[in-house]
Amino acid sequence: MENRAIFSGKLLPYLLILPQLAVSLIFFYWPALQAVQQSFLVQDAFGLSTEFVWFENYINLLQTPEYYHAIGVTLLFSALVAFFSLGLGLLLAAMANHNIRGIQIYRTFLIIPYAVAPAVASVLFIFMFQPGLGMIARALQRGGIDWNPVLNGTHAMILVVIVAVWNQISYNFLFFLAGLQSIPKSVIEAAAIDGATPTRRFWTIIFPLLSPTTFFLIIVNITYVFFNTLGIIDTATGGGPNGATQTLVYKVFQDGKVGTDLGGSAAQSVILMIIVVGLTAFQFRYVEKKVHY
Amino acid sequence: MVEHRRFGNLLPHLILLVGVVIVAFPVYLAVIASTHDNAVIANGQMPLIPGSHGFETYWNTIVSGTGRTTRQPVGAMMFNSLIMALGITIGKIAISIISAYAIVFFAFPFRMTAFWTIFITLMLPVEVRIFPTYKITSDLHMLDSYSGLILPLIASATATLLFRQFFMTVPKELVEASKIDGAGPIRFFWDTLLPLSVTNIAALFVILFIYGWNQYLWPLLITTRDDMQTIVIGIKKIIDVHDALTEWSVAMATAVLAMLPPVAVVVLMQRLFVKGLIETEK
Repeated sequence: MENRAIFSGKLLPYLLILPQLAVSLIFFYWPALQAVQQSFLVQDAFGLSTEFVWFENYINLLQTPEYYHAIGVTLLFSALVAFFSLGLGLLLAAMANHNIRGIQIYRTFLIIPYAVAPAVASVLFIFMFQPGLGMIARALQRGGIDWNPVLNGTHAMILVVIVAVWNQISYNFLFFLAGLQSIPKSVIEAAAIDGATPTRRFWTIIFPLLSPTTFFLIIVNITYVFFNTLGIIDTATGGGPNGATQTLVYKVFQDGKVGTDLGGSAAQSVILMIIVVGLTAFQFRYVEKKVHY
Repeated sequence: MVEHRRFGNLLPHLILLVGVVIVAFPVYLAVIASTHDNAVIANGQMPLIPGSHGFETYWNTIVSGTGRTTRQPVGAMMFNSLIMALGITIGKIAISIISAYAIVFFAFPFRMTAFWTIFITLMLPVEVRIFPTYKITSDLHMLDSYSGLILPLIASATATLLFRQFFMTVPKELVEASKIDGAGPIRFFWDTLLPLSVTNIAALFVILFIYGWNQYLWPLLITTRDDMQTIVIGIKKIIDVHDALTEWSVAMATAVLAMLPPVAVVVLMQRLFVKGLIETEK
């Protein structure tokens, strides 16, 4: 930045940066600090007195089985969504990279899910999976499966995973396609001359060269599941049945809405913030290594 | 490709076709369902071709808002969504382009402090600071208002970073030439930098419009009045009846209307969309 040609101005740069700083301070830093502060306090039932309790809220939180359950749900959910949406995205991108005709048309259809809000995507799938009237639900019932995501936790999890995978496919497809197209053709041709079959070429050359994209996408997908699937869960299952689809973020939302335990809810938020900082830092480490798209 | 086999491209076409069908089917089914009668849908015998109730359903959904429940017409919800999406998009672009301009083209004390202050907001998505932010918005009397829907979401480190990165590629000869011509910082911004940034702004517009239109958690919390609801929130209320009486044709028509603007933007501005997506994630 040092060799920039610079304008002089005493007041102007501050005026230019002021709106963004003001919004950041009011709506980002102030609430974040409040969450941290709140997480060290306990308030009585009427909100009349507050007491500073150090880490008591955190300790209480880490002693509730529901919290560990939510962690487990989040990890399972993330793993399933990342695995399937990355796998399908890569498969479709690898096929689209064959230099075939009509790629524009395929791409146009494949990017549509990105534009659909998670909550709306959820509604589309609820319609198909609604016991009694949904097309897929009826097919499953005819096949002897007693499909009911309202009562069966496994079914509820399958439903939200399907919606999230569908919602994320576009993103993974586009990034994998860009990644594949940046791999030099000469490397692949050299391997072909050495007699490597297409499958062997994919796993020994293309896939390793694609690893920066894959790592990047794993992080993005985990972040997506952590924070953007709230709309899916809230519309499709409401975290149920019996907490089977209650992720960490959804738990903050639900506990906060009830509003009886401000300190505990704030402690959950702070833990989430630490997770985001970790994920973002991790992501930037890979970007620093000059990931090529 | 390296090999030239006769049916070499058959498999890719087949797999892509299956992919497209799987991806498009839920959307297709929603469009079809929105043209059928509720009774036909409810007994699970809905055909896979359009029915004849389309006009009636869309009219009821958008304009009159009739039905068993007393609902807002979806047209009004779409208007709220549009205001919110455009407000977030324009607001984000406006405040980040000027802050990036200050950071790149000016030398002033605390420049790097300001940059990092903005940069770190990347790590605080609205979901993790949701209730304190709600409280502040409420203290500022912005519940149930457009400013409350828009303002807390417009600070964006990604847009600032994108503009900063782009501004740093602008050759300094250009700045010097402008200075020799007697242009001050504001003239340089309007006459030179802004025209150069048009593609970046357009790409960002596409991404941010989708982001804004598809917001869920924030509008859900801060809108209590029905006439402030956005369509993405409204749709939940339509199917939120845990019984068999959900008006599926209305629900599906609403889903179609909720998808229409962002899908149209993505499909019609594909090139800008892909550019925006890849640049903002760098």
